[in-house]
Amino acid sequence: MISSLLNHPGWILILGGGLALLLPDRLRAPFALVLPLIAIAVLVGIPLGTNLSGDLAGLALTPLRLDRLAFIFCLIFLVAAFLGLLFAIPERNRWLDGCGLIYAGAAVGAALAGDLVTLFVYWEFTALASLALVLTRDAVANLQAGLRYLAIQVGSGILLLAGATVHYRATGSLEFGHLGTETPGGLLILTAFGIKCAFPFLHNWLQDTYPRASAGGTVMLSAFTTKLAVYALARGYAGTEELMWIGATMTAFPIFFAVLENDLRKVLAYSLNNQLGFMVAGIGIGTPLALDGAAAHAFAHILYKALLFMSMGAVLHQVGTTKASELGGLYKSMPFTTACCLVGSASISAFPLFSGFVTKSLILAAAAYEGHWLLWLVLLFASAGVLDHSGIKVPFFAFFAHTSDKRCTEAPWPMRIAMGITAALCIGIGIYPDPLYAILPFGSAYHPYTASHVISQMQLLLFAALAFVVLFRTGLYPPEVRGINLDADWLYRRVLPRVTARVLAATDQLATALGQLGARALTRSGQLLHAVAGDGAPLSRAWSVGLSSAILLLLVALLLV
Amino acid sequence: MSEPSVNPRVVSWLVRLLVILCAAFVLADFVIHRHAEFSFEAWPGFYALFGFASYCCIVLSAKSLRRFLRRDEDYYGD
Repeated sequence: MISSLLNHPGWILILGGGLALLLPDRLRAPFALVLPLIAIAVLVGIPLGTNLSGDLAGLALTPLRLDRLAFIFCLIFLVAAFLGLLFAIPERNRWLDGCGLIYAGAAVGAALAGDLVTLFVYWEFTALASLALVLTRDAVANLQAGLRYLAIQVGSGILLLAGATVHYRATGSLEFGHLGTETPGGLLILTAFGIKCAFPFLHNWLQDTYPRASAGGTVMLSAFTTKLAVYALARGYAGTEELMWIGATMTAFPIFFAVLENDLRKVLAYSLNNQLGFMVAGIGIGTPLALDGAAAHAFAHILYKALLFMSMGAVLHQVGTTKASELGGLYKSMPFTTACCLVGSASISAFPLFSGFVTKSLILAAAAYEGHWLLWLVLLFASAGVLDHSGIKVPFFAFFAHTSDKRCTEAPWPMRIAMGITAALCIGIGIYPDPLYAILPFGSAYHPYTASHVISQMQLLLFAALAFVVLFRTGLYPPEVRGINLDADWLYRRVLPRVTARVLAATDQLATALGQLGARALTRSGQLLHAVAGDGAPLSRAWSVGLSSAILLLLVALLLV
Repeated sequence: MSEPSVNPRVVSWLVRLLVILCAAFVLADFVIHRHAEFSFEAWPGFYALFGFASYCCIVLSAKSLRRFLRRDEDYYGD
């Protein structure tokens, strides 16, 4: 049993994570770092096409299925786990290391799940393990947010299970393959995936919780849940046309919130949402090139998003805040972190020679080849928006702009090494994308470095940067101010509690009023009874035999009729 | 407001570089025939114009949205 679990890359992390929770700091860090590396070796050793199935209480389950789509996601999950744990060493947080490993392992397990029940089990596992990461910074202050997070994540799992049940009853199969919205249960499962993928209006759990975690906690959180959902959508809903428009919406609306947001880690959370939109749109297009684009973009995105969260995490770790209104000028005290942040910014903005350029273009090219001009324009519009929030705003207000009164030293060594490796990977993929292209699910042959493509992308980005210069110099660029911005979570954090409170108060009042009314009615009827049948009242007087028999006869007659 | 963290001379030098690069990449449109999937994409300077306009549209509309969306940091009581 144990030996078969140790042949499963996910379980290596889950069991190891449990053990890591018990180890002292000095042993835990190296132990935690070795596990993802062992898991990568095990993953590479499993032949593609492996399908391990078994029978559980009459249900045919497939706990391990490895194909090209699962492989690329498992690989990047394991790489992200290694980098995240390396970055988190200076925090010396047992829960972060242990639950981080379990969380990553559960995500790998879910990507390897060949049936919907196994997927459900790992799906909920990621929800529970990640809760510990949400609480890494200040468990007491963030408990409410953590419970909101748990309710939403577990709710997604319940929808998945409900959908799987309906699907099984209708088709007799639990296989996790293409589901589509036409199949019974398909819509339920799509909603479950959509919650974890932060679809519009279902997205606020992400911005609500990720910026609350510790520096390393957020880096770990950013990698798994949402990309697991992207994987699940690619597997179950490729070519579902509605996803193109859901994806397009996701690329566009978070950029407005990212412009307004003051907490730079929350800006990155909105930016994460916007990047997911590109992947979801690619899945909606559904051609092999588009699906390869979604997978490649998820791969590159996990790295550059981790890098950006690392650089802001380093700022948080050294300065104690990531609020733009309180930062500025940090490039002098944190030059290495600044350089890494700029690499992350260039990668997410898709500058040529950086990773985003060689992955996002597959999705845009696929949209163009299929003639989806409107979708293509929205994605291009959102690309200009990415340059603002992640390309310019995050590095500019943290490291440049006006000198703040914050003084600090460069981040600790493990953080620097983690940022250095991640930055090198972002540049490496950008310069030499062929190894990444070689492991894409459909193995699309794509050539990002054509003169047309480089010129068009440089025009888009440089002129967007020029617009920033113009707006900033003319004073039109909105200043960074303290405050929060209302989003869809306003509905369940403000409106719902208030409406519930009102309804409860109104029900209470109604009950009191009804009670008073009832009491008054009782008193009144008592008085009436007293008047009719009380001492000396007509009914209590002695009745004659004739009257009594007449009433009796009348009653009998009524009964008989 | 405290002083700028980067020497203003360096900044103006960087801005000049940006303007030169912008001009160079628009000029490139007239020299190299860009491959285009859509007819409008082939217009010289299409990407430049689209990038500049999108950026201004995003930032300025977000700025006006702030009036309706912004609340105090303790709005939700945490």
